[in-house]
Amino acid sequence: MTALAPSGEQIVLDGSTISRGRKFRNFMATAAMGVAVLLAAIPLGFVLYQLVAKGAEMIRVDWFTEDIPTNVGAAALAEKFGAEPEEVIYGMAPAIVGTFLMTAMASLLAIPIGLLGAVYLNEYGKNGRLAGVIRFFTDVMTGVPSVIMGIFIYTFWVLRYGPTGRSAIAGSLALACLMLPIVVRSCEEMLRLVPDALREGSAALGSPRWRTTTTVVLPAALPGITSGCMLAIARAAGETAPLLFTIGSVTAVNFSLQGQNTALSTQIYSNATQPGGEPLAWGAALTLVVIVLVFTMAGRRVAKRFSIDAAA
Amino acid sequence: MTVAPLDTTTLTRRRRGPSVDRAFAWLTLGGGLVILVVLAGIAISTTQKAWPAFREEGLGFLLSDNWNPNEGEFGALAFVYGTAIVSLIALVISVPMSVGIALFVNEVAPRRIKAFTITVMDLMAAVPSVVYGLVGFAVLRPEVKGLFNSIADAVSGIPVLSTIFGESQSGMSFMLAGLILVLMVTPIITSISREVFATVPEGDKAGALALGATRYEMIRGVVVPHSFGGVVGAVMLGLGRAMGETIAVVLVIGASPQIVANLFAPGEAMPSVIARNLNESSGTYQAALIGLGVALFGLTIVVNMSARGIVSRLERRMRGAA
Repeated sequence: MTALAPSGEQIVLDGSTISRGRKFRNFMATAAMGVAVLLAAIPLGFVLYQLVAKGAEMIRVDWFTEDIPTNVGAAALAEKFGAEPEEVIYGMAPAIVGTFLMTAMASLLAIPIGLLGAVYLNEYGKNGRLAGVIRFFTDVMTGVPSVIMGIFIYTFWVLRYGPTGRSAIAGSLALACLMLPIVVRSCEEMLRLVPDALREGSAALGSPRWRTTTTVVLPAALPGITSGCMLAIARAAGETAPLLFTIGSVTAVNFSLQGQNTALSTQIYSNATQPGGEPLAWGAALTLVVIVLVFTMAGRRVAKRFSIDAAA
Repeated sequence: MTVAPLDTTTLTRRRRGPSVDRAFAWLTLGGGLVILVVLAGIAISTTQKAWPAFREEGLGFLLSDNWNPNEGEFGALAFVYGTAIVSLIALVISVPMSVGIALFVNEVAPRRIKAFTITVMDLMAAVPSVVYGLVGFAVLRPEVKGLFNSIADAVSGIPVLSTIFGESQSGMSFMLAGLILVLMVTPIITSISREVFATVPEGDKAGALALGATRYEMIRGVVVPHSFGGVVGAVMLGLGRAMGETIAVVLVIGASPQIVANLFAPGEAMPSVIARNLNESSGTYQAALIGLGVALFGLTIVVNMSARGIVSRLERRMRGAA
């Protein structure tokens, strides 16, 4: 390809006039970016590989039905001194139940409240001053470390109710605090995607605003809202720090919201540092990652389908 | 032509509409206000329980490095130092990496590789931090000890470097904690940087390329100056995440509150000392640990507020320009 310069001279535009130094710098910059991607992808691959390599052998029927073994330490000690170790039945049922129980409770608390907040921001508050303040602090709250939510519920709930304060309720409250800002922001984004024509159409038919919101806007945004909530659930299911001070610990299944409980994330933490507990930690880690990824991918899939709809 | 008069008898319950509407508006406002209530609740409830420690130690709480719970001495400087150093290590490594990845995805990568990179980032963000901590504790800790010590041997005798890269006893260290944090901070900085880079007007980029700039020159001359402020905001959000990360750090940092320049030495950070001890503490010790939480809360609020301020100011400016 050539171009005609104002002087009447033909200029070649195939890049052959770019000096070697400039080409080299361009190449080096591109290569550096590629290396940055590899620097992120390789550790991630390593982590996932370790999880499967070390956790997969735990995943048996017992894992989902049996209590958490309390004799791993004794067995490890016996093996160390050449004695006949007691048989260890590796189970994680209490933690799986606890994770689902508390994540579900937290979702029941955070999603309705968060959705109401999002409706306020997008349908009523809009660009008003109060809406701006709430939006700003929602963003700020998204950045508050999860351990702070744990400390908050510890001071607010556990210290108040003493020994019986540690329970699935306390854990759910801490997780709900964590989920709330995420739910508000993602739901607001989704409500914003709903075209104003729908609202105007509904209003023109004589619907008051609350009816427009509940029967037109929310159903239109539902797939996006579902996706945002699933990502928030995935985030909450994986959190450890909010549960450390709020749920206590048990080794038997507890379906109740009262009484101490346990979760996969806290089991990973406590078993990792316990003698002989490492296999339990790896198994719990693999289970947790699978749960979190299922929710994340389901959320992304719903989001993808929705975005195609919106474009069409 | 005549217009038939509107038959108003068909408009039923006319007066109920507005009152239901008002009730619904108040209900949604209530939902929004919960955010402010919870934030205020966090500040009040934790400060109240931490008060005994603040009263006893005063400013020494953050300025003294004498932490001795058995003697009733609570100077938290070593934890502040630990948090700062660990976050610094994480950012020094993560910032160039994240900016590189963000530029790669937005400006360079063909579609397939772009999708792959975005998936990698999503997965990195989705993996729970305790899992990174477990890998650091169970797999990396024994391995990095040898690596750290060979680095220490290689730089011994060189001033500054030999102080920063000293001997490692167990692998548990500021450095290992910082390296683990890189995996958690990178997805955040990358995704916000991508949003920022996406605000660069296509016309400016096309103009630079039309003038004969290489892609690297276009990025340096157009994308970077345009997005600098936003990237600073992204980095600060990453900093907030790094400072608050608890469970991954607690597993690999080593539980020794000390202020040393050696990055391969064990240390302790603010969230990790809380996570390790709050359950077994009482009295002033408990108040002091909660007080550390209050300090951490304040720090992350300040960092996040300034970061959000920077990012949103930039967005407003861009909207004005467009």
